[in-house]
Amino acid sequence: MNPVRNQQKLKRKRNPTISNGVKRPHVILFSGYGLNTEDETKAAFESVGATADIVHLNDVIARPNLLKKAHIIVFGGGFAYGDDTGAGKAYGNRVKAHLGGALQEFLTRDTLMLGICNGFQILTSAGILPGALISNDMPRYICRWVDLKVENDSPWLRGITSLSLPIAHGEGKYYAPPVQLALLSKASSIGVKYTKGEMYRHFDLPANPNGSLEDIAGVLGHGGRVLGLMPHPERAVRFTALPHWTLLREEYVRKGKEMPKEGPGIQLFRNAVQYFL
Amino acid sequence: MIRRIAVSSKVGDARARHYLGTLKTIFPDISLSAVATAAVYTIDTRLSLKEIERAAGRLTNLLTETYSTQSIPHPQDYAYAIEIGYLPGVTDNVGKTARETIEDSTRRKFRADEAVYSSTFLFLSGTLTREEVENCAHELHNQLIERVNIYSAAEVQEGFPIIVPKVKLESVRKSVDEVDLDVSDEELSRIGKEGIKDADGSRRGPLALSLSAMKVIRAHFKNLDRNPTDVELEALAQTWSEHCKHTIFADPLDEVGDGIYHRYIKGATQKIRKQKGKKDFCVSVFKDNSGAIAFDDTYLVTHKVETHNAPSALDPFGGSVTAIVGVNRDCLGFGLGAKPIANVYGFCVADPHDERTLFRDKEKTQTLLPARRILEGVVRGINAGGNQSGIPTPLGFVATDPSFRGKPLVFGGTIGLLPRTVLGRKMYEKRARPGDYIVMLGGRVGLDGIHGATFSSESLSKGSPATAVQIGDPITQKKFSDAIVREARDKGLYNSITDNGAGGLSGSVGEMAREAGGCMVDLDTVPLKYSGLEPWQIWISESQERMTLAVPKGKWPAFKKIMDRHDVEATRIGMFTKSGKCIVRYRGKTVMDMSLKFLHDGRPIIHQRTKLTNTVRSDLTVSREVDLKKTLLDILARPNVGSTAFISEQYDFEVQGTSVTKPLHGRGRVNADSAVLQPLPDSSRGIILAHGYCPWYSAIDTYAMAATAIDTAVRNAICAGASREHLAILDNFCWSISESSERLYELKRAAEACYDIAVAYGTPFISGKDSMHNDFRGFGENGQFVHISALPTLLVSALGIIPDVARAMTIDWKCTGDVLYLVGETNDELGASEYAAMLGLSGGHAPKVNVKRNAKVYDAIVKANAQGLVASILGVGRGGLGVALAKQSIAGQMGARVDLSRIPGKARQSDAILFSESQGRILVSVRSTCEKAFEKLLKGIPHARIGEASGTDLSIELPGARVDVPCPSLTDAYRSYFKEW
Repeated sequence: MNPVRNQQKLKRKRNPTISNGVKRPHVILFSGYGLNTEDETKAAFESVGATADIVHLNDVIARPNLLKKAHIIVFGGGFAYGDDTGAGKAYGNRVKAHLGGALQEFLTRDTLMLGICNGFQILTSAGILPGALISNDMPRYICRWVDLKVENDSPWLRGITSLSLPIAHGEGKYYAPPVQLALLSKASSIGVKYTKGEMYRHFDLPANPNGSLEDIAGVLGHGGRVLGLMPHPERAVRFTALPHWTLLREEYVRKGKEMPKEGPGIQLFRNAVQYFL
Repeated sequence: MIRRIAVSSKVGDARARHYLGTLKTIFPDISLSAVATAAVYTIDTRLSLKEIERAAGRLTNLLTETYSTQSIPHPQDYAYAIEIGYLPGVTDNVGKTARETIEDSTRRKFRADEAVYSSTFLFLSGTLTREEVENCAHELHNQLIERVNIYSAAEVQEGFPIIVPKVKLESVRKSVDEVDLDVSDEELSRIGKEGIKDADGSRRGPLALSLSAMKVIRAHFKNLDRNPTDVELEALAQTWSEHCKHTIFADPLDEVGDGIYHRYIKGATQKIRKQKGKKDFCVSVFKDNSGAIAFDDTYLVTHKVETHNAPSALDPFGGSVTAIVGVNRDCLGFGLGAKPIANVYGFCVADPHDERTLFRDKEKTQTLLPARRILEGVVRGINAGGNQSGIPTPLGFVATDPSFRGKPLVFGGTIGLLPRTVLGRKMYEKRARPGDYIVMLGGRVGLDGIHGATFSSESLSKGSPATAVQIGDPITQKKFSDAIVREARDKGLYNSITDNGAGGLSGSVGEMAREAGGCMVDLDTVPLKYSGLEPWQIWISESQERMTLAVPKGKWPAFKKIMDRHDVEATRIGMFTKSGKCIVRYRGKTVMDMSLKFLHDGRPIIHQRTKLTNTVRSDLTVSREVDLKKTLLDILARPNVGSTAFISEQYDFEVQGTSVTKPLHGRGRVNADSAVLQPLPDSSRGIILAHGYCPWYSAIDTYAMAATAIDTAVRNAICAGASREHLAILDNFCWSISESSERLYELKRAAEACYDIAVAYGTPFISGKDSMHNDFRGFGENGQFVHISALPTLLVSALGIIPDVARAMTIDWKCTGDVLYLVGETNDELGASEYAAMLGLSGGHAPKVNVKRNAKVYDAIVKANAQGLVASILGVGRGGLGVALAKQSIAGQMGARVDLSRIPGKARQSDAILFSESQGRILVSVRSTCEKAFEKLLKGIPHARIGEASGTDLSIELPGARVDVPCPSLTDAYRSYFKEW
């Protein structure tokens, strides 16, 4: 495989074919220093036809050319540096200082980038996405399911108008100054918003779990190709991950229907792969 | 020059608001009007002005925060400032990350003696007195690990003093090199109890060696014609400690010559494995850091549960972080390194409203933390340890009893996943070989946890060493966990691995030396946190986040390279040999030279004797004319029964994407007693975790206590979807006053129950642990002596494997019209029940476990589930049928009409029917079309069709009484106890 040739192809057309003839976009997932969701995120991408490698931040810093063979870069969830000094700050700073140029270059190609939870915090800290994630209004870590709505046409979210996903964070309140918020809205750069949906009705929990401004759960950059979001799609790829699936199972049984296999999160990964096919 | 960077929020500080709220709740009478905070980094290194500015920029998110390198920004009108930071030598994770951030920005490493120290400033506004502020500060810090400074605004107009909490160890060496044991029995006994006497006359802290052990040591060295070195004596104390050798379980007890562990625990497993024959699923039990069973043809699942009780009493946060991060290493240290895939926890604490004030000393200067702060602290500890490690926490519990006020019991468990073989090598076997390097991995060594193993073998009292407290650093551990599990393990770069837990290097190296046949260690090569440690301290320190590995010479370069890339410190500290000896050197001298045989097997065996306890059996002392509806609501509002959702929801149960059933079930989010995981993305096989505990029954009968714990764990697992075919259990004993023969009798009875019940169910023990000294000896408010012994407690953890997670079950009632069944017998077994505890009733009968009948019940449920008949299910536990029905109603947010006036069993009175805790009972709901099929499976098994799910009220018909409660009232009561947490 020749990464340089692939790259040119990627630039030229929307339908890159990898030189060995396999139509599989390649994903690089960053790891190290306490990031921790690489395995399940890799599995989610692979299940929909991508190839994926988990690469340590230090290895990328040592050999930034590694990024040249990637179509998709992921900063996954976790606790980089234990969230000490602020979530995503220490890792984001390191990314910015050592890989700022390489990532800019990556994004000049027709590529995709995803930051999930801690990865979203890293992307804002590194200046790749606007705004900041600060302590939840109730300053405690919270793990639960939320409902999201989509009002944009990011490649990541194509075909999705609403979905439910789990969150797990202590610093997930989205903040941006009013001017920037207005800009985000105007540019259709709000990725996903917390909303009242199935989880809200089922559990009777607040729709906005952390006090995020304008209910923002995720934002977009680079024309929608970069998505940062607090909720975790990789934890919602199976139907049995839903918090109320045993109730839904009963409903399916009584209707004489087969229970589905997939969960709501898988569509994001499928969209990303589709983008390159 | 020392520099300081202060960072504060500029967009509304949620943490400051939280501090304000907390302080106003605790001190409603003070006129505190506002709180502001600043994060401060005190930097002890040389930095240019430009560098300090750049560093500050990196420690600040300029969008939401501001920084100052000149002063500490504060509100105009504050009255007092409080600075809280760590004491010298205490793990400072924030300081460490700040250091790495600064190193990265200057591209220059700090020298070994340079560091960044983190602290928090709180600025309090309002009309406050210094005393009030001192009280606030007291509430916000723990004097054993943190320092606090209070400044009035007037005092610090020139700026805040800079504090550098650097460790400074005395340069004058006061340790003795060898210990003269040719002394009187009294002195010998004192050395064992209070520790080695140093040159200045001070004692080092307990060795926890009995006089008879000391005599054996004396005789051993007399034979060698020399005195033991201090290192040797300290190492023996660690290795022979109750904590490490489990002497009470191992040594003969009455007629049980082979000890109760061998006879009843291991014995049960051996018998079950034999009975199972080809269906035996045990793979590695009782010989490694965890126990392992088959998951499928390719993978094994491991499990281990530990306790960390004594340290959690002193520093609940640090103690419980260490509990969970420590047991993670029992997973990483199983075989050649299993991947941690789930954590479980359990807190046995005093009711947080328990207002007793207790002191460790007669002078009343060392206060025991209040009950509320102990629970808050241990909850926060698992939060930090589990969440930061990226390991889901799907299951746990809180149990309260006044007897846990002195020492809380903090359980932490970790489940792991390991391929059976990689490159033809069995991953569950390991053996260090002569010539392999001894490699220490992870954190550095400091004074943390010195005498940890011997300390937990002693009761908590005045002399308890403060250095026993460690604070875990989950990120350091996560880094080497990734490096091992993802890379080094599968490349076959080492022959053995174990964790550094109790006894530190002396424990891990001493243990691995048995595999190879000897070891030689050079203490000068061990990386230290700070200089000035004595050799014995380096050898036994329990500084956290360390593993010890045996790396063959030829593989060392490749191994080291992987660790470097992951930013993990790996150091060769010696070599495994076949000398039959453990030899330790320091600065050119041999400080330990001991045969492995004496080190591991030289301990004197004590023949223990028990004495029958004289418990007078009596009927329940009762006035049983109670308002049943009110009683039901009151029980739901008790901390043993009510919702602990505030804990479940602050622990990440979704990470790794394996969650199938959650810690909270149904719309109403009711705490479950089990959890189901799907560990592999491409296989529908599942793991079931469940727990069982009932320490309260120990007041009546420890046999019933232990039998119930096992029955409950098995029942909870069955109700999640497990079957007895593939179900293992773990035992964790927490005992107290274990030196008394009456308590030993109770222990023996509990152990007998373990054997009887486990064998009857065919559920083998695969791992276990005991903690035998959960006593507090101290003083009360009036200076009177107080002794609090924790109730004898057995926690049983179940681990089951199922073929398809799509058959997992939850407790919530699903649909109107579903038919409700009660399976099993309800007898008048209210002794030590939650009902009796609430009404202050003593006496009565603890539940009897009828294994034959229960096994039939459980097997029928397995069949019903396989046929897809079960819509909801719940094992009846603490609080009895009343609580179980209420939980199902709350979980489903749905009512039911239930008739309990004609159910199987001997209970006749309404309160016994509603609140008796008879074992082996299960509530099941099925859709109406499945009634016949379900009843067919229950032929010959006591059961009753008790009603139907409908409406929003729970309506229960009892003999001569009726209870009607709306579901919202049940829900409110259930959520009331920890509502403000």
